[in-house]
Amino acid sequence: MSAMSQTQTEAGPRTEVLLDVRAVRKVYEGRGRSVEAVRDLTFAVARGDLVCVVGPSGAGKTTLLKCIAGLLAPTSGEVVLEGESVDGPPPGMAVVFQEYGRSLFPWMTVRKNVELPLKQKKLPKARRAELVGQALDAVGLGDVHGAYPWQLSGGMQQRVAIARAIAYEPHILLMDEPFAAVDAQTRADLEDLVRSLWQRLGVTTLFVTHDIDEAVYLGQRVLVLSSSPTVVLDDVAVDLPAQRDQLTTRSSARFTELRGHVFAQIQRAKKHSGASVVE
Amino acid sequence: MRLAVRVTRTVVAALALPVALLALWWILTADSESYYLPPLSEILAGLDDVWLRSDRLSADVLPSLLRLSGGFLLAVLLGVSLGVAIGSSRRLRAFCEPVLEFLRAIPPPVLVPVLMLFAGIGDTMKVLVILSGCLWPILLNTVEGVRAVDEVLVETARCYGVRGPARLWHLVVRSASPQIVTGMRQGLSIGIILMVISEMFAASNGLGFSIIQFQRTFAVTEMWTGILLLGLLGFLLATLMRLFERRVLNWYFGLRQAQRGGSR
Amino acid sequence: MTSAPTRAAPVRSSRAGGAGRLTGANALLGVLGFAAFLASLEAVPRLGLVSPDYLPPASRIGAALVELVGEAGFWTALGDTVRGWSTGLLIAVVLGIAVGFVVGTVPVLREVTASTIEFLRPIPSVALIPLAVLVFGTDLRSVLLLVVYASFWQVLVQVLYGVQDVDPVAAETARTFGLGRWARIRHVTWPTALPYLLTGVRLAAAVALILAITAELVIGAPGLGNEIGVAQSGGAVARMYALVVVTGLLGVAVNVLARRLEKWLLSWHPSLRREVAA
Repeated sequence: MSAMSQTQTEAGPRTEVLLDVRAVRKVYEGRGRSVEAVRDLTFAVARGDLVCVVGPSGAGKTTLLKCIAGLLAPTSGEVVLEGESVDGPPPGMAVVFQEYGRSLFPWMTVRKNVELPLKQKKLPKARRAELVGQALDAVGLGDVHGAYPWQLSGGMQQRVAIARAIAYEPHILLMDEPFAAVDAQTRADLEDLVRSLWQRLGVTTLFVTHDIDEAVYLGQRVLVLSSSPTVVLDDVAVDLPAQRDQLTTRSSARFTELRGHVFAQIQRAKKHSGASVVE
Repeated sequence: MRLAVRVTRTVVAALALPVALLALWWILTADSESYYLPPLSEILAGLDDVWLRSDRLSADVLPSLLRLSGGFLLAVLLGVSLGVAIGSSRRLRAFCEPVLEFLRAIPPPVLVPVLMLFAGIGDTMKVLVILSGCLWPILLNTVEGVRAVDEVLVETARCYGVRGPARLWHLVVRSASPQIVTGMRQGLSIGIILMVISEMFAASNGLGFSIIQFQRTFAVTEMWTGILLLGLLGFLLATLMRLFERRVLNWYFGLRQAQRGGSR
Repeated sequence: MTSAPTRAAPVRSSRAGGAGRLTGANALLGVLGFAAFLASLEAVPRLGLVSPDYLPPASRIGAALVELVGEAGFWTALGDTVRGWSTGLLIAVVLGIAVGFVVGTVPVLREVTASTIEFLRPIPSVALIPLAVLVFGTDLRSVLLLVVYASFWQVLVQVLYGVQDVDPVAAETARTFGLGRWARIRHVTWPTALPYLLTGVRLAAAVALILAITAELVIGAPGLGNEIGVAQSGGAVARMYALVVVTGLLGVAVNVLARRLEKWLLSWHPSLRREVAA
């Protein structure tokens, strides 16, 4: 885990494309009518990037994420991860879901929850113990191994989910509005946690959110999506310093500027929304 | 001190009525001349004589319990595996549903004469009867439980490569376990009924056989001891079942309590 | 006991709703499934996989069923079973409601009776068979003893859960508005307990049928169970199967009826609409 750290965090030439989303379109077929959730999405994520995807509510963000995660098959287009077309959950990917309370196994302790995917990878016992311990320490939960998820607060449950994701040693980490359901203070702490984990581990991260502040604060790049049917409206490079903190970064002029820019894009997107039903 | 008072209070509350009822029974029947209702003192003395100081525990009670556990455990095995299969496939479920609705509606005791045709009157018949009675509640509850597996959990398992036997056990069966245990509890009480009936109907030993034998020979006190023992057994098995439930579903009760505490 | 699946009345009603959503394709699959079941019942004895002496082909069972329906004796037996079932169930429900409300609304009584109920409830009612035979013979009262004992607990336990489930805020509100004891039971406790009671009645209805037929089969009280015993000892195998089918149909009818009643009463009750929708 730590071998990869430090080197990639400072902006350097990162050209290797890890994730390539090519002209993805998704139409849900219902009875008598079909809904086009995603019209045309094309973007690439380089290895080691932290990219935030932001869009208004109902922008097909979850649909997009599920297509990338291999949980949904796109109607057309394709998702390519490390040169391979995705047609099922790829082995090198970890996902953190929004519904932390429902994505942890309530009948398993925190430790077992983190360990289960590693067992599936057939890692030897000692290595599993090492990874679980490191991951739980990294998210600040070194002392609750034996607790059950429902004994923890919402924020702590989401930390367990994050620990499970990083213990999996993924090449890419997908996060689907992971902090939408926790309170503001916890949310700020978790944002800093994600940022510091990314800097330490250098794992490529795709972070989906509807919160503009969060996207700008966390990302190196922010992809702005339109309302459904979704297209990419803008690709904003976030040129804030690598070391960020809640107080100074959020009150800096550049942050306000970027935030205003993204906000304007989204407002524009809302105005032009509609006509999501084909036929 | 406070705690001691509370514990005493709970114990007294729990024991007061049973003790009062037993005392009432004892007093009312003390010099009972009634043929049907021998004095409780005699029944209790008989309990000792008839069951404990003879080989009846090993000759009658043990075979009954073996049949019950055999039929019940087979029903759990079959019910859970069939239930997981049927619950996992929407088509299979639609295909099986009407037949299952019909089969489970047949009162299980009528299977005694039916299965006697196939398996005679031996232990096989009794185990089969118990199996076929316990099966439906377990099967149908398992189907319900498997249907209700959380969508997010299913996707989580997919993303982290949890599949095959691990998926079946860690995701499907564990998640359906509250319903499975409910089915097992319902199945067990039907199983006890069927154990007794199958032995009353045709047997040469067993608890049900002994009780009906006492009744036929008008050994009323002995018959009462049998009824008492059977009641005790029912209570004991229900208690065991509850201990099992507490152990297996510890997480479930905790989760529910946490959810309730959070929402109110 | 205390676990959720038995208690949660709303969950069960949503399940009944799920069964109502059967689409055309699913209904077709169901019909196919039933046809396959009948076909294998026909084929297995005809192919000699099982001796037809043990399992007559479905067509012969069907013929026996038709023959049965033409007999006056069959209808008498069916009437006896239904009478034993319905009378016993009625007594159990009335008793269960009365005892449940009295015990449930008086905290001291609930505390004192809890252990006794937990002890008496799991006693298998078939343990009472010899006593019933001895005291009542093959009378209807024998049937009633078993039916009432078995189904009473189902109703009682659900009513106790229901009465316990009353929202303390609602009870407090009712009290501050000066509602008397009876008015509170009528307007607060009863509507809360109703879904639980109906769950109890549905469970009791199924148990009552099992015990009614058991009593007839084992004790020899007149009814379908007794007819099955007679057919079996007389070697009339097809007839026995036809009677088993009838008991199954009766069971289906009881389940459907109980679910209908539950749905109807709950949708009709304005204070409970929300729970039905859930």
